[in-house]
Amino acid sequence: MAGICSYGGYVPRYRLNRGTIVQAMAWMNMAIMAHAQGEKAVANFDEDPITMAVAAGIDALKGIDRSTVEGVYFASTTMPYKERLNAGIIIPALNVKDQVRAADFGGGLKAGTTALLSALDGVEGGRINNIAVISADCRLAKTATNQEMIFGDAAAAFVVGDKDVIAEFKGSYSVTYDFCDHIRSNDADTDRQWEERWIRDMGYSQFIPEAINGLLDKHQLKIADFAKVIYPCNNRGARKDINKKLGISPEIEQSNLQAEIGDSGTSLPLVMLAQALEGAKPGDKLLVASYGSGVDALYFEVTENIQNKKGNLGISGYLAKKEDLGSYTKYLVWRDLVPADVGMRNEVADYTAFSMLWRRRKEILGLWGSRCTSCGTPQWPPQRICANPECGAVDKMEPYSFADKTGHIISFTGDMLAAGLNPPSLSGRIEFEGGGRNMFDFTDCTIEELFTGKAMTMTFRLRYNDKARNIIGYYWKATPLQEVS
Amino acid sequence: MAEGIKDKVAILGMGCTRFGERWDVGGDDLMVEAFVECLEDAGIDKNDIEAAYVGTCYDEVNLGKAAVAHAEILKLPHVGVTRTENFCATAQEALRAATYAVASGAFDIVLALGVEKLKDTGFAGLPIGGGGAFPRLGGYNGSGPSSFAQLAPPYSTKYGIEMEKVKKAMAHISVKSHANGKMNPRAHLRFPITIEQVLNAPIIAHPLGLFDCCGVSDGAAAAIVTTPAIAKSLKPSQDVIKIKAIQISAANGEETLFSNWDGASLITTQVAAAKAYKEAGIKNPREEISMMEVHDCFSITELVIMEDLGISPPGGACEDIMSGFYDLDGKIPCQVDGGLKCFGHPIGASGLRMVYAVYEQLLERVPEERKVKNMRLGLTHNLGGEPARGVTSLGILGRD
Repeated sequence: MAGICSYGGYVPRYRLNRGTIVQAMAWMNMAIMAHAQGEKAVANFDEDPITMAVAAGIDALKGIDRSTVEGVYFASTTMPYKERLNAGIIIPALNVKDQVRAADFGGGLKAGTTALLSALDGVEGGRINNIAVISADCRLAKTATNQEMIFGDAAAAFVVGDKDVIAEFKGSYSVTYDFCDHIRSNDADTDRQWEERWIRDMGYSQFIPEAINGLLDKHQLKIADFAKVIYPCNNRGARKDINKKLGISPEIEQSNLQAEIGDSGTSLPLVMLAQALEGAKPGDKLLVASYGSGVDALYFEVTENIQNKKGNLGISGYLAKKEDLGSYTKYLVWRDLVPADVGMRNEVADYTAFSMLWRRRKEILGLWGSRCTSCGTPQWPPQRICANPECGAVDKMEPYSFADKTGHIISFTGDMLAAGLNPPSLSGRIEFEGGGRNMFDFTDCTIEELFTGKAMTMTFRLRYNDKARNIIGYYWKATPLQEVS
Repeated sequence: MAEGIKDKVAILGMGCTRFGERWDVGGDDLMVEAFVECLEDAGIDKNDIEAAYVGTCYDEVNLGKAAVAHAEILKLPHVGVTRTENFCATAQEALRAATYAVASGAFDIVLALGVEKLKDTGFAGLPIGGGGAFPRLGGYNGSGPSSFAQLAPPYSTKYGIEMEKVKKAMAHISVKSHANGKMNPRAHLRFPITIEQVLNAPIIAHPLGLFDCCGVSDGAAAAIVTTPAIAKSLKPSQDVIKIKAIQISAANGEETLFSNWDGASLITTQVAAAKAYKEAGIKNPREEISMMEVHDCFSITELVIMEDLGISPPGGACEDIMSGFYDLDGKIPCQVDGGLKCFGHPIGASGLRMVYAVYEQLLERVPEERKVKNMRLGLTHNLGGEPARGVTSLGILGRD
């Protein structure tokens, strides 16, 4: 039986209080005040859908043998590359094998559930097993728009397989329409959106009930059979209407996290599903629907295995790990919505040597080092000659993973002179438990939090964004270790 | 067993430009300025030079690669001219090459020159890069001060000395160097500062404030080396300034890869110092060294160097510094000319500027107010790269 074997999530650390946007921009458009409640999750300056996908993927893969993963499906409408498989960047960072099927799912916002369906169908067909399905979006909006208020950044990930399934896939129903409520053409950074009232009445309130009713009819179910009904509608009027039409009671309505995260696009229904699974009990039926260029509705039944699920942070864990961004202008600079000067020192940066990246992809994208088989010393970057002065063995190395190791701070600083978008630029030397050390950028923390000996964990981030050549470089940074309860 | 270079090579003459924001001149002018003074001091003709080693670090804003431009600018007589580069230890590397050329017997008269024109970059501080393509892919985002600032937290942790106390000692270092530099007409920053100014200055890289960092400037310095016998014959009435030792040590990955470096010291300095003392026949540096010019790119660097040179005991630098041990009137005056702190740090020139500071003290050419008492042996310490990935070039000069 095919289903979800594991789930994980990721919400960036920074939250922008919507009141902060109102304060900055309501002078231009008073209407945004209608969305002033709560906060939206905002990717850090060194995050994008790929890094968020890796974080969610790592969360979902906790406790899973990564060598068993046979596929990686990535869904997003904000992928950095049009040509260069975005899932291909995620694969080495997740430390799954190269012999996997991988695909990018994009286009409409229902791409997240479509990726999930494709994985479920593949597993059910017996052709492939253990597929990591990950969705992340980081959508931009023009300033002083409702979209800017509503959108938020988040990611969710699932492992889809047929062993130790925690939520069995029972069926689905899809509708697809070229309904242009909002569009983003090839070269546009932001959406062009039609009138909200039309979207409310002719979009959300039509397609979501159509797909959900289709699913209920197909499987002879009633809405009350479900423990949770999950659908991603950020329009309050439409939600009320849909709940009424379908008979969704407040008890079974899964929160769309509008007050905590915002509308995270392709990932939103999956983020909601991941959170619903956190509180699910064996026997619970879950209905999840997406929205955008149509609707996919899927239905799962939670199994006894849910009780064995542990060890990950999940959406709720990351929701608790938050920091108020506090500044609207910081948000504008991080999203490159206003040109900021990081200094001429940055202009002389070298271009990306792709032949070197290919040669050293395991160490750069996967943080693989080496361990000397003669003396056991782990070392990063990988060496030919052992760094242990007592050893010095030549070519006796085996691969050694650092991405999953905890490290402790030997030294640190906050650099005001470096060309960075979040000064002071934090960096320091980390000594890994078990051996090995290196200097890394630090992220998602402040200089005040740092001290020698502090426990740090590794996180996949943007190393640089070469705007002159449109190349994003990814690498690993250190961030304070968050204990999983 | 190699016998080293002690007393085999003498400095015949030296030149050093005024260091500073020399907006009106280029690297070529700076070279000529130092070279002309050096030639005059040596009392020889340009055509007597048999080989030259010139140090520049950033060829992007300088005179280019190789040394063709350097030979052209100085109109050297079709001799071998070689560019040396070893990060911030570039100039002393030029001197080492020139010294070896004479000590080997290959040549009698050799020029060592270091020059850097930094103030053509358009921004404060040093350019980034220079590490090849890999740091772009898998490095970290730090400027010059970043890696040196990181000496402070592990130092504080290792010896259990509160950061506040370490910062006060660091402040004393900068105040002392400014007190010396204000008397030196060749220095860039010639004004006194106070402890309060240092401690209240804006942060550049935690915990380093503005006055914990050396300046960035343009400059050049040069030395002509020969055999002691030739030096004596050319200048019979003057002391022969002899090179007692030059030793260089490069980090080998132990610091960055292996887990036995504490982050609070410079292994390369410890190694180079031990070798240099041995070469020079120094048994107890705290008692035998008369003055030091060390690589004070940042105050914390100078602080840990005092221990790595074996002058202050481990964990004892703060106490020595605060007691005035390294002040001009202390036991071993350090940064007598004002150091990198007041001269600024034109990368390719600094190492020879240090040698110049020792040279002028050994020849007692400085005014009384900044004269080192009982001058006998001077130490120069030229550090390149980062604390964990760098080189130390250590020189000892004396007269007899």
